[in-house]
Amino acid sequence: MEMHDLLKSGRLAWQSGKGKDNDVVLVSCVRLARNFRAIPFPNRANNRQLAASRHAFEAILPVLSEGIGQAFTAADMEQMTPVQRGVLLEKQFISRNFIRSPQHRVVFLSENLGTSILVNEEDHLRIQCMAAGFDLRTPNQTASRLDDLIESKLDIAFDERMGYLTSCPTNLGTGLRASVLLHLPGLVFTKNIQNIANVSPQLGLAIRSVYGDEKESVGNLFLISNQLTLGFSEEELLANVESAVQEIVSHERQARKALALYLKEQLDDEVWRAYGLLRYARLLPKKETLELLSKVRLGIDLKLIHEVDASCFSEILVRSGVSYLQNLAENENLSKNEIDRLRAEQARSILLSCSRPQENLT
Amino acid sequence: MLCDDCGRNKAVVHIVQAGAGGRVEKNLCEECAAKYGDLLMPFGGRDVSVNDFLKGVFGAREEREDRGSRAEQTELVCPNCGMSYADFLQTGKIGCSVCYETFRHQLDPLLRRIHGSSAHSGKIPHRTGGALELKQRAARLREQLRESVMREEYEKAAEYRDAIRRIEKELAAKEGGAAHGDA
Repeated sequence: MEMHDLLKSGRLAWQSGKGKDNDVVLVSCVRLARNFRAIPFPNRANNRQLAASRHAFEAILPVLSEGIGQAFTAADMEQMTPVQRGVLLEKQFISRNFIRSPQHRVVFLSENLGTSILVNEEDHLRIQCMAAGFDLRTPNQTASRLDDLIESKLDIAFDERMGYLTSCPTNLGTGLRASVLLHLPGLVFTKNIQNIANVSPQLGLAIRSVYGDEKESVGNLFLISNQLTLGFSEEELLANVESAVQEIVSHERQARKALALYLKEQLDDEVWRAYGLLRYARLLPKKETLELLSKVRLGIDLKLIHEVDASCFSEILVRSGVSYLQNLAENENLSKNEIDRLRAEQARSILLSCSRPQENLT
Repeated sequence: MLCDDCGRNKAVVHIVQAGAGGRVEKNLCEECAAKYGDLLMPFGGRDVSVNDFLKGVFGAREEREDRGSRAEQTELVCPNCGMSYADFLQTGKIGCSVCYETFRHQLDPLLRRIHGSSAHSGKIPHRTGGALELKQRAARLREQLRESVMREEYEKAAEYRDAIRRIEKELAAKEGGAAHGDA
């Protein structure tokens, strides 16, 4: 795919809204951190060494492409504008750290957008694979397959006791981070989310809100991932995250059930109001959009809203990003008001295009 | 360097703001930086990065130690990437794969604090994994040997025994006989 189209598209690997437990789990992701043996890690490497690690990887790219049956598109940070980088950041293909110093920082995106390989981020290679819904196994297989292929061609830094050597000592061992994006409106509304946040560290897991600030989370989206990477096998790490997520999913469903039972009318009203605002509002600030979006998604998952399908969620999420809108308008000096207006336009047109013909507004 | 906003505290955060007025770069202290936190802030509590944490852990330890040993530690430089131990204290990031060997002695307590006394038990690269793959395979076979002896399946046990011997030979060839000790 052309980079130009990729930046303007609202498409994500998990857009379908399908997959196991998709009413709560939006996307599952597995990341492997790997480094070449001879070259200093990116934070320590000079330009020549950064180029060396990039070229080493580029040389084996055809093998990887063939191995997983996906063509890769390269996005070279140095050749992109700050706005374009911002779009990739909003879509979570790259990290903030990746654009801090763009020299020889390149991300390779697979055709289906399910795999992204970051070259010269904190580590020489960050292999990230994702799948829609609750499914860590598929991304783990893909990541491991890519790792095998890379390792068959290039020398990877490894120590018998410490495992894969990484730039940050907290990633030693497997270098694996399994993370799952959860939509938890039920637990937030019933004020149970703090309990989960409190228990997580004891289970070796980290949980953080994706949007919002220290005082409150916005949009009810949470990312849960393993904290430890050393001393456990990949299988054990995945199983640990899976069992915790399974538990959270069942609590979230219980909370939603309780809400649907005790606050039926209010809930119905709330999700429809949210739908109405997203569908017709003319100015939408980011924070409000995230809140409305969460309610609409809850309405879809609770089968209160039949008018649109779940795929509108990720699409609006991507297309409401500031960088996305700046890139679309080809103007990085938009006022807040203009951005809010463009965002509202996007939301309206997406809801219109995702809507199903039936009218059930009784 | 002092904070650009308050001008009182030491600047620890560098931010780049891309706004309507173009790009603005600022060096801020922790307090002022917190005011800029918009979206994408972590859940609950203040943002304490792993690096800050590591720096904290080490800073505290460093102060407790006498000057002599500190000077000794900071002089050590990695032959591969040129990172000194002081650089690591500053950034919380390791410089290259050789650093782990260079600073093994200093890193050990830190690694124990993060990971406990764990050893790697996950995937192993075939090319650079060295003898570890063989060792793990031998350990698995020994376990199977023990089980088959208990079940009195002596034919199977003999197969496992032969397989273990083959691996031990391979290990001996790889490590020049050194592996016999723990094999």
